[in-house]
Amino acid sequence: MYIGLFAQSACNLLCRCLGITFVVWFTILFVIIIVPAVLEVSLGIHRFYIRTLCRVFEWATLQMELSAKQKNRQFSKPHTKGILAKSKPLSVQENMQELRSSAHSRRSEPQFDMGDVIYFCRKGVESIMDDEVTKSFSAQELESWNLLTRSIRRFPHRGLRLTFLWGLGVLIRYGILLPLRVLLAVTGIFLFVILSTSVGFLPNSKFFLGEKVHLMGYRFCVKSLTAFITYHNRKMKLGFAKHSSQKTVGQVHRGLLGMIQRAMVKSSPHIWFERAEVKDRHLVAKRLCDHAADKTKQPILIFPEGTCVNNTSVMMFKKGSFEIGCTIFPVAIKYDFRFGDAYWNSSKFGLVHHLLRIMSSWGLVCSVWYLPPMNREEGEDAVQFAKRVKAALAAQAGLADLTWDGGLKRTKVKDIFKEEQQRLYSEILLRDHQTQKQEKCFEDGTPEED
Amino acid sequence: MGSRASTLLREEEIEEIKKETGFSHSQITRLYSRFTSLDKGENGTLSREDFQRIPELAINPLGDRIINAFFPDGEDQVNFRGFMRTLAHFRPVEDNEKNKNLSNTEPLNSRTNKLHFAFQLYDLDRDDKISRDELLQVLRMMVGVNISDEQLGSIADRTIQEADTNGDGCISFTEFIKVLEKVDVEQKMSIRFLH
Repeated sequence: MYIGLFAQSACNLLCRCLGITFVVWFTILFVIIIVPAVLEVSLGIHRFYIRTLCRVFEWATLQMELSAKQKNRQFSKPHTKGILAKSKPLSVQENMQELRSSAHSRRSEPQFDMGDVIYFCRKGVESIMDDEVTKSFSAQELESWNLLTRSIRRFPHRGLRLTFLWGLGVLIRYGILLPLRVLLAVTGIFLFVILSTSVGFLPNSKFFLGEKVHLMGYRFCVKSLTAFITYHNRKMKLGFAKHSSQKTVGQVHRGLLGMIQRAMVKSSPHIWFERAEVKDRHLVAKRLCDHAADKTKQPILIFPEGTCVNNTSVMMFKKGSFEIGCTIFPVAIKYDFRFGDAYWNSSKFGLVHHLLRIMSSWGLVCSVWYLPPMNREEGEDAVQFAKRVKAALAAQAGLADLTWDGGLKRTKVKDIFKEEQQRLYSEILLRDHQTQKQEKCFEDGTPEED
Repeated sequence: MGSRASTLLREEEIEEIKKETGFSHSQITRLYSRFTSLDKGENGTLSREDFQRIPELAINPLGDRIINAFFPDGEDQVNFRGFMRTLAHFRPVEDNEKNKNLSNTEPLNSRTNKLHFAFQLYDLDRDDKISRDELLQVLRMMVGVNISDEQLGSIADRTIQEADTNGDGCISFTEFIKVLEKVDVEQKMSIRFLH
């Protein structure tokens, strides 16, 4: 009986201790995060956090290399830059000439060569081994392990120390960071929806209050995802920063995001559209035009790729936003993947799952560059203007500049491109046919009029 | 056994593939991660749709023929071993010096085997002969709608005339080798890796 009582009181004590530690711990963290957010004071914790994590990752990779060497096994580092050695890209014609010149110097009828397939064959297999588009639609590969479970597969040689470290990481991330962030996020969304809707009912001071509410909402979001953002070229932000509440153009979503979208609209004019409706596209374009022409209204935030890509490259920009003919302020964003991957593979998981993934990683670290404003020049159409902006953004952020359409994530590539390849090849055949005919004429000595 | 594609490649498998194809350890692991990124169904095999999802391959005029080369004998799925075996045809020939093949079989990337790969692109029904019809079909794939039937027909006839030495109206593999004897196949059908 005494044992029972003893056990019970011990339990009580334990529970109380745990409870107290939890409360203290959470309060400290809450204070450290919320207060600086409100006062916009930086405690320098962020930089320390990032630096420590970086060092831990490097040490971890070193450990793995060592342990792999000990076991006499090969340690292959994952490769982020592509598999194949790229040779100088030649056109179809040049390739064919190379192919044929190696075969014969002077043949009587160089029209079609059975070896022509080799060119297409090789290009095809090269694209099977490595191509730029498929790479852009899957999460980027890391060079060193970032102690997350999801990237554990590529790094097999973990020693005891690393596994322990990983376990510690799991505890910290799921025990401390995740609940805290979820709490912040839920509070934030809740407050935002309520305040936004109620502001919508107010008559005139709507937009001013709306701005404030939006800002609060964004701050909560940023804190809940623990985003560390480094701004470059802040002075370029001048014209832009006066209206820090943004309008966004985006697609209508269902579920949680849809609810947030509807709430947003009530307090500040955003533009949402149905992607499948063609008529809708014209309506949106018209609204954008009207809005841009009206100088008193706020600037609009647009993401012109039209889909999520994994931030290793910039895909083709949709020309719609560039047709309007107003000034564009390009903003480049680049993420550091070791801390958390912001890439949303929407065919794989929905929004809530994606948010949970972000919240259970170390954080979101990104750099933001504000570029000088660009205008459409004389004689440049929307597509060329879009290309120019894209090149500037890719160069600034160090991303690959691709001409492929981001829509390839979901749809198949259009047949036009294949027909283009066929046309180029036919030209080669016909041209040879043409030159060969002419040569025959000259040999016969009877000049023929074409 | 039911292994999922998300499991890592075991060391023994890597060794076997190394012996069979001649690829190095790091090349095999890179190609394995490529294989898994193409495998959308995550069942350890690739289907034709998985290949067709690659845009650069989809716009290649001979894309379907190349994809076909990965699927022997009418099967619908190819596993990693089969994938590597086909890709091995495109290994550079000089790499053979590095790992001496202990068995006496010809390496997969020899000149003859490379030519056989190209031959199979033409040979649609796999009867080891390229008939006039098959040649026409492949030509049609390469030029699309830009050349008329008559012109294409005359091109095909001329090609067969030159290549066909035993007069049976078809091109056999030996005749094919003879036609391409001056082409630098070892160089043109090799793909180099970044190290």
